[in-house]
Amino acid sequence: METRSSAWGREAGPQARASGFTAWLGEVWAVFVKDLRSELRTKYALNAIVMFAVVTLTAVSFAIGQFRVSTDILAALFWIVIFFAAMSGLGRVFIKEEEAGTVTTLRLAASPSVVYAGKLLFNVVLLALLEAVVVPLFIVLMGLAVADWGLFLAILVLGSLGLAGATTIIAAIIAKAAAKGELFAVLSFPILLPLLVTAMGGTRLALGETLGLGGGELRLLISYAVVMIAASFMLFDFVWGE
Amino acid sequence: MLSVEIRDLAKSYSRRLIFKDLTASVASGGALVVTGPNGSGKTTLLRILAGLVRPSSGMVTMTVGEARLSPLEARTHLGFVGPDIALYHELTALENLAFFARVRGLALTKGELLALLEQVGLAGRGDDRVSAYSSGMRQRLRYAYALMHRPPILLLDEPSMNLDEAGIAMLRQVIAEQRRDGLLILATNDPEEVTYGDQVLRLGA
Repeated sequence: METRSSAWGREAGPQARASGFTAWLGEVWAVFVKDLRSELRTKYALNAIVMFAVVTLTAVSFAIGQFRVSTDILAALFWIVIFFAAMSGLGRVFIKEEEAGTVTTLRLAASPSVVYAGKLLFNVVLLALLEAVVVPLFIVLMGLAVADWGLFLAILVLGSLGLAGATTIIAAIIAKAAAKGELFAVLSFPILLPLLVTAMGGTRLALGETLGLGGGELRLLISYAVVMIAASFMLFDFVWGE
Repeated sequence: MLSVEIRDLAKSYSRRLIFKDLTASVASGGALVVTGPNGSGKTTLLRILAGLVRPSSGMVTMTVGEARLSPLEARTHLGFVGPDIALYHELTALENLAFFARVRGLALTKGELLALLEQVGLAGRGDDRVSAYSSGMRQRLRYAYALMHRPPILLLDEPSMNLDEAGIAMLRQVIAEQRRDGLLILATNDPEEVTYGDQVLRLGA
């Protein structure tokens, strides 16, 4: 295309775009940093998920009182708190864009895969922050005693990846709906059920004296995260399209 | 040579027909003005051209030289200013521009972003959050967003919305530059803005 200099000090014609995987990563990082900066200034999601987790945990610990709780129930309670706290905050990555009217602006500038990956990264970090609050609180308030920290952390990391992968794409799907909050939990639950059941099973093993077990749960969680994130990348073009 | 061709375009939402049988074309150096009463589909047409909405029937073809652009390629060739373009209120103007430059794959320096702000009349206000901007300043910032990648196709929806006299002068300069370097499609109800074009497409007529 012919180019001429202009009074704006620009050359006409689209500027050369950086391309390749490194450039893609840079764009993903930009979306992540933008979301993180926005979040730190507005506390849009962070307050909601942390407050939800703290209030729920405190209520459960008072309800249980002096009763001795089995590792089965502790593992289930742990993931129920994580699930509902995540439901109160992770969906906001897209809902916020929709409500602020920035969806169109972002769609015109960024490629769909960049947006999905940046939002996924943000949700993973948000979940990690949530867990950094919930795990110590669970140890103090509920007397959580981890026998196998390696397995516990592996289950936590893989469970969070799957959880973030699924909730990010579901958030993009429901962002345009009128009843976003209700739809988010209702749609997420059946999709996340296999992940939650597996994570609860793996956590129960990590809490008990069963060293060396948990390989099956880890394989399932890896498969879930890989399938969910890969499917989300493929689906996101259509979800983000119109 | 750059061109945008609209052929037999129609759009309806549910059972409500917005427009049908729209045909027009504009090439490098040209300016197409889309006008018509409220609700006649001016914004919808621009959103279709930007690849944000699918038409019900008909097609839009954008070509550069002999090459036809895919919808994704077309987005890198166009800039869009309109009421639908919202920027992040919790970020500063500079942070907004730096973010959009980065996701567009552009390596713009801080100096270049400051120069861009100066060109739209926002010199010295780059570190203010957009939430502190007036509606006219936000409209100017939309121009900086739309022009940062030097798009050869510029889509303007109600281009003078909220602009003061200096803003209108900036708009005229943008239009003159765009007509010299690329092409322009503009949707408006303002009789004066209709004169910016060399072709007029009337909707709802």
